[in-house]
Amino acid sequence: MKYWRVPLDADAVDVTRGIVHILEDRCKGCGYCIEFCPREVLEFSRTFNAKGYHPPRVRNDDCLNCHYCELICPEFAIFSSASSPSSPGLTTGATE
Amino acid sequence: MTRTPNAAVTPTVHPLEDLVRMDRIPHIWCPGCGIGSVFTACLTAIKQTGIPYEHFAMVSGIGCSGRGAGYINIDSFHTTHGRAIPFATGIKMANPKLNVIVFSGDGDLFAIGGNHFIHAARRNMDITVVCVNNLTYGMTGGQVAATTPHKARSSTTTAGNPETPFNLPLLAYAAGATYIARWSMFHARDLADAIAAALRRRGFSFIEALSPCPVNYGRRNRETALDTLRHYQEKAIIKNGAHPAELDISGARGLILGKFLDIEKPTHDEVYKRMYRPEEV
Amino acid sequence: MTSRVHTGEHFINGDTACAEGAIAAGCTFFGGYPITPATEVAEHISVRLPEVGGTFIQMEDEIAAMTSVLGGAWTGAKSMTATSGPGFSLMMETIGLAVVTETPCVVVNVQRAGPSTGLPTQGAQADMMQARWGSHGDYEIIAVAPASPQEMFDLTITAFNLSEAYRTPVFIMADEIVGHMSERVVIPEAAKIRTVSRPKPTGRKDRFRLYRPGPNGVAPMPAIGDGYRIHVTGLTHDEKGYPVMSVETQKEMIERITGKIRNNINDIVMTESYRLSDAEIAVVSYGVSARTSFTAVDEARKRGIRAGMLRLVTVWPFPEKQIRALAQKVKGIITVEINMGQISREVERCAAGRVPTIGVGHHGGAIIPPEDVIDAMGREDMR
Repeated sequence: MKYWRVPLDADAVDVTRGIVHILEDRCKGCGYCIEFCPREVLEFSRTFNAKGYHPPRVRNDDCLNCHYCELICPEFAIFSSASSPSSPGLTTGATE
Repeated sequence: MTRTPNAAVTPTVHPLEDLVRMDRIPHIWCPGCGIGSVFTACLTAIKQTGIPYEHFAMVSGIGCSGRGAGYINIDSFHTTHGRAIPFATGIKMANPKLNVIVFSGDGDLFAIGGNHFIHAARRNMDITVVCVNNLTYGMTGGQVAATTPHKARSSTTTAGNPETPFNLPLLAYAAGATYIARWSMFHARDLADAIAAALRRRGFSFIEALSPCPVNYGRRNRETALDTLRHYQEKAIIKNGAHPAELDISGARGLILGKFLDIEKPTHDEVYKRMYRPEEV
Repeated sequence: MTSRVHTGEHFINGDTACAEGAIAAGCTFFGGYPITPATEVAEHISVRLPEVGGTFIQMEDEIAAMTSVLGGAWTGAKSMTATSGPGFSLMMETIGLAVVTETPCVVVNVQRAGPSTGLPTQGAQADMMQARWGSHGDYEIIAVAPASPQEMFDLTITAFNLSEAYRTPVFIMADEIVGHMSERVVIPEAAKIRTVSRPKPTGRKDRFRLYRPGPNGVAPMPAIGDGYRIHVTGLTHDEKGYPVMSVETQKEMIERITGKIRNNINDIVMTESYRLSDAEIAVVSYGVSARTSFTAVDEARKRGIRAGMLRLVTVWPFPEKQIRALAQKVKGIITVEINMGQISREVERCAAGRVPTIGVGHHGGAIIPPEDVIDAMGREDMR
């Protein structure tokens, strides 16, 4: 995580980390999750889903489990869940 | 929260699926339509309250937003155009224990349904009204609505809207609503929290949820769905407690969001019981 | 708490008797709006409902009143409203919603002379076809016509029972005369009053189908909060209640909602025969005009005319079988009603040219004098 100033208790605080789950075939390609993820975790994939849209894919392991993508998505096509603290940054583009 | 919760169990199912009629998904809303986001915020709010789902009922009218009742997995009613609020009134007065949500659009609630809105607000009927305001009549192809901005294009005002729109929070305020908030679907967390607060409180709660209509409003007015959301992100000014008279959405004032009113006042079912069935109190 | 049923003999007007009938039937919700000459139903029931633990609300217009009645009905309450012509017209869209969602409810129309504002304080029976066809689309309806304050009490209970048994709106097509006249009304003991409630679902909630009909064509109806997670819509819907935009679903739905009434018509239709066994001329009438007709029949008999009457207690579904049978027996049929010819058309249709059928009626605003009916019996084309 990038800090412009390292907090004194940086190693005491456990920052939430998340895994992004993408239900590719529900996506209609609106781009909201990609555009507004605060950690820029997502980008358009090059593959097509069953509807012909490009669903998002995970491009980094910076997800903080803020659930914004889950809340903004109009299609119930994406959600995040907490990832284990012992394996920070373990984000996968799990698909169903 | 600064501790990561126990991640031993990784969910594989979208957390809202128990509240959605999954046998009717995909829904009819267009790609980029904000109704799905407002709907998601509403479902999130229902879960947040912790109130058992059996205590809720959702009533909607006709229109794209009106389809919301068809997708929620609780007792739900898709009624006639403009009449969701009196239907909800009937439910609430016949069974005051129920938590009644009205989920409908700006045209349905404020044009044909306008009279019902003001009277339910006046009575402080204990219902929560979530109005998806996409500035148009989306379902029928993008006709001008009571909320369409002045000079905006619509299918029945091809040279621009000659009218000026309602200031919905002011209308709600003047009619007697006791909880008034306006958010956009971009402000998803605030919107969900506002709906949850409304569900938990007693009284007539009104939440205006601004939303893009990319196909029937956006295309005519040269706005993509993302343009609209960027507009919400950049132009929104959050001013909790602002006076509703200052809340018209215009170039001059900008887009003011927030919680504008939250007061306690006896609800209609409480007053009716106290005055007419005092032996039950 | 005041008793639900005011057993005893009363001298009250039809509107008041109707409200008492509703209370006796178990009504617990009334969503109303004032309109002459039905206002007294709302006024009286606004006092009585809280006495029996029910709720009254005066809504902002008739559309809201009717819609609130549907909302109330889905909580499990027996719900009702009362209006007259102009309000009846406003309620029509919502009545269509009630029909297609199979919502039990009772609507009283205390008819007055129309069209439009008309003669608010003077009776007519000119909304009879509107009762049948007022909302758009194909559907069946049940409508009863009380002929006295006593029947305003009795038939309101019957209307609730029919609406609950068949999950349909039922109209009480009264008129200003019967609504505003005061007469002796006998209210029996509560134990002697038979009330019917809608069929309730049993079995697994996850297997429940909101519109899967039972053996008599009527589907059981849960209430909000019972845990069935129902979806109710005015869009054409399947057995689950989900909207399905197909011709097949439209067919199933229309056949279900019309079938449950058409196939049970013998249990629904009520008529009264008076001096018909040897009659040569039959008078067909309903509501306040039946009173005119009873007098006309008796007077005609004194003058040597073999007259008899078939009183329609149920006007819709129309007693087709009874009229067809009548047309085989008598030499002529006269329909008496305060309008320019509405139910007379149904009589003519069912008589199918077998016997002459004429209508005695007028523009509305006053009772039809019995002499007009007797004159009609003497007409050339009735011989």
